[in-house]
Amino acid sequence: MTVITLTIDGRSVATASGATLLEAARAGGSAIPTLCHLEGLSPVAACRLCLVEIDGDSRLQPACVTAAAEGMVVRTTSPRLAELRRTVIELLFTEGNHVCAICVANGHCELQDLAVAVGMDHSRLPYRFPSRSVDLSHPLFGLDHNRCILCTRCVRVCAEVEGAHVWDVGWRGEHCRIISGLDQPWGAVDACTDCGKCVQVCPTGALFHKGDGTEEKEGHPEQLQVLVRARQQGGAP
Amino acid sequence: MSGPGATAVPAQARLCSAAGCRACGSEAIRSHLETSLAERGLAGRLRLRRVGCLGPCGAGPLLALDPGGARQGSVIFGGVTRADADSLVEALAAVRLDSWEPQAAQRFDQLHPFFRLQRRIVLENCGRIDPESIDEAIAAGAYVQLKRAVASSSPEAVIERIRRSGLRGRGGAGYPTGLKWQSVAGRPGPEKVVVCNADEGDPGAFMDRTVLEGDPHRVLEGMAIAAYAVGARLGFIYIRAEYELAIAHLRRAIEQASGRDLLGDVAIELRVGAGAYVCGEETALLHSIEGGRGTPRPRPPYPAEHGLWGRPTLINNVETFANVVPILREGADWFAAIGTPTSAGTKVFSLTGHVRLAGVLEVPMGTPLATVVEQMGGGAPGGVPIKAVQTGGPSGGCVPAKHLDTPVDYESLKELGTIMGSGGMVVLDATTDMVDLAAFFMGFCREESCGKCVPCRAGTVQLHDLLRKHLERRATAADLEQLESLCHMVADTSLCGLGQSAPRPVLSALRHFRGDFLALLQPKASAVP
Repeated sequence: MTVITLTIDGRSVATASGATLLEAARAGGSAIPTLCHLEGLSPVAACRLCLVEIDGDSRLQPACVTAAAEGMVVRTTSPRLAELRRTVIELLFTEGNHVCAICVANGHCELQDLAVAVGMDHSRLPYRFPSRSVDLSHPLFGLDHNRCILCTRCVRVCAEVEGAHVWDVGWRGEHCRIISGLDQPWGAVDACTDCGKCVQVCPTGALFHKGDGTEEKEGHPEQLQVLVRARQQGGAP
Repeated sequence: MSGPGATAVPAQARLCSAAGCRACGSEAIRSHLETSLAERGLAGRLRLRRVGCLGPCGAGPLLALDPGGARQGSVIFGGVTRADADSLVEALAAVRLDSWEPQAAQRFDQLHPFFRLQRRIVLENCGRIDPESIDEAIAAGAYVQLKRAVASSSPEAVIERIRRSGLRGRGGAGYPTGLKWQSVAGRPGPEKVVVCNADEGDPGAFMDRTVLEGDPHRVLEGMAIAAYAVGARLGFIYIRAEYELAIAHLRRAIEQASGRDLLGDVAIELRVGAGAYVCGEETALLHSIEGGRGTPRPRPPYPAEHGLWGRPTLINNVETFANVVPILREGADWFAAIGTPTSAGTKVFSLTGHVRLAGVLEVPMGTPLATVVEQMGGGAPGGVPIKAVQTGGPSGGCVPAKHLDTPVDYESLKELGTIMGSGGMVVLDATTDMVDLAAFFMGFCREESCGKCVPCRAGTVQLHDLLRKHLERRATAADLEQLESLCHMVADTSLCGLGQSAPRPVLSALRHFRGDFLALLQPKASAVP
């Protein structure tokens, strides 16, 4: 294994070649916020929260897909990045209907945690209050599109780990929506194995167990990592 | 003089059959003319031909009349009517075609600045040959350069010539074409792919459509030469579904060329898009060809490294491929000498908006914008002063009238905060509200965002709403400030070129026409929330 050395937030970090900047930064003690990223799933670089500054690169680069390189000088925090990240979170809050007080994920929500982390005490952009639906057709789980941030973790976990490919993104732009099957009610999709992995990895309260009340949904993305590691090692975790 | 029937070369009428002229009834006039000539027994005295775009599309239907015999000097008539066709037949019957003057039609001779100031390299055969006839293309020299390159040049030598010519990508970004070819050629693996991006989607841009409709073999030959140079045996043309005529001409051209075994061992296939503008972005285009959802992915890896089904892939725009044949035929130095030192060759533009002569034209790089807009296009109708010229569509910006002496090349336009883009040039007269224009383009990007990344999906919506707030005179100075900062945020954080450049029309309008925005602001006290 070749080891490369780079500078992240002023600290010298050694990492295996082939590692992403996100892996290198987290190993080196820098906390980069992420939302669409989840260890064990393919990266999509869609939420743009993990953008970092790299010396000699005029554009910001997403840490989740950028390969660490020898001698790279990277900054994961700066006033500019803080402002951009806050705006990303504001955009997410304003494009959906996120009402924490009545949400199953209140207190265990990655979006909520990030809002606190980036200091978003209010949104400077107007809320759009879109009209969105809720799918309660599945016997065990529900999908509340109002709380969906289109991170596509559910799409990826179902296709890449469970192998069922129940989920997809339908439509375009602001009309994008997570769809099951060919835009059928979730309960009508035969491909669903009822495994619940999508619920576990959902960062918000969009996917939930039907019995969950306010504040009662806790996601378990770490279970995915245990599973993925076990598969890679070809044995018990 | 003797009648046309007595001369060796009969007179000919070339009728534009491109989409623009078809839309204003050229096909009906052509068939009427054909029937009338046959009825009068005059078919042998006037050769009626169907050709690609003749240029000033806005004045269609267009008819070019070549006098025949030893006489030179074609004349192009615009706005030709059925009555004009009748009078043409009468003139022919009376052997006075030379003095035929149609009643309704506009007359352009070759000294008209629209034609005189052009330098047609990409469009050299456009309007001269029947795009559906491979024999006419071959008579005009098609497939000679491909044959010659394969027979007597190494792939490296071909790439070297393209590199030395200074050709840069005509899709908008201006990446040196030779370097791109080199990086694909240098990748290991036998299974490489060449892709032609014909997903021309900017509002007001129809250069590539013109080339494909008027001279499809030119593009096929350019692709086949590129495939030889980089070592590919598979080629795809990704074309938007709206270009029905271009698709038909391409299909026919591919059939004809492969039927005669002219493309060597390169198989070229057509892929028709499903209407998403973002599929002009290369990674989204590749996803779409692969059968997936047309969404971009982060680069690197670039398609040269990891493209179609993971294979090294060369993607060039239609006009880029159309430049390959003349470069090989006339030499790299010949091409490099045209245009400016950093932007070699010519550029095809589609000139539209508030301009007397709208249409497709080709000028050397470095031609001042004023020459194109005022001399060739004749300025705005009604003598209204020009306010600005918009280039680069929803990814571009505007050049204000005071900078119309700017030469059209990649660097000069960039300095002014706009881009060369693919070649759409929209003229805006003094009546144009730049906020309205900015809102139009932002509405376009909002509609065309694929929805994958947050800043583009949600940011373009907020930006569009902010611009509409300005138009409805509900905005305050704070809204203007927010508009500007959100523009920079979306530009800095979006995943692909669509989102990154979506704010450019707004930022450009703010840079050159801030007054248009300020004039719409509410005084602080009376602001509506």
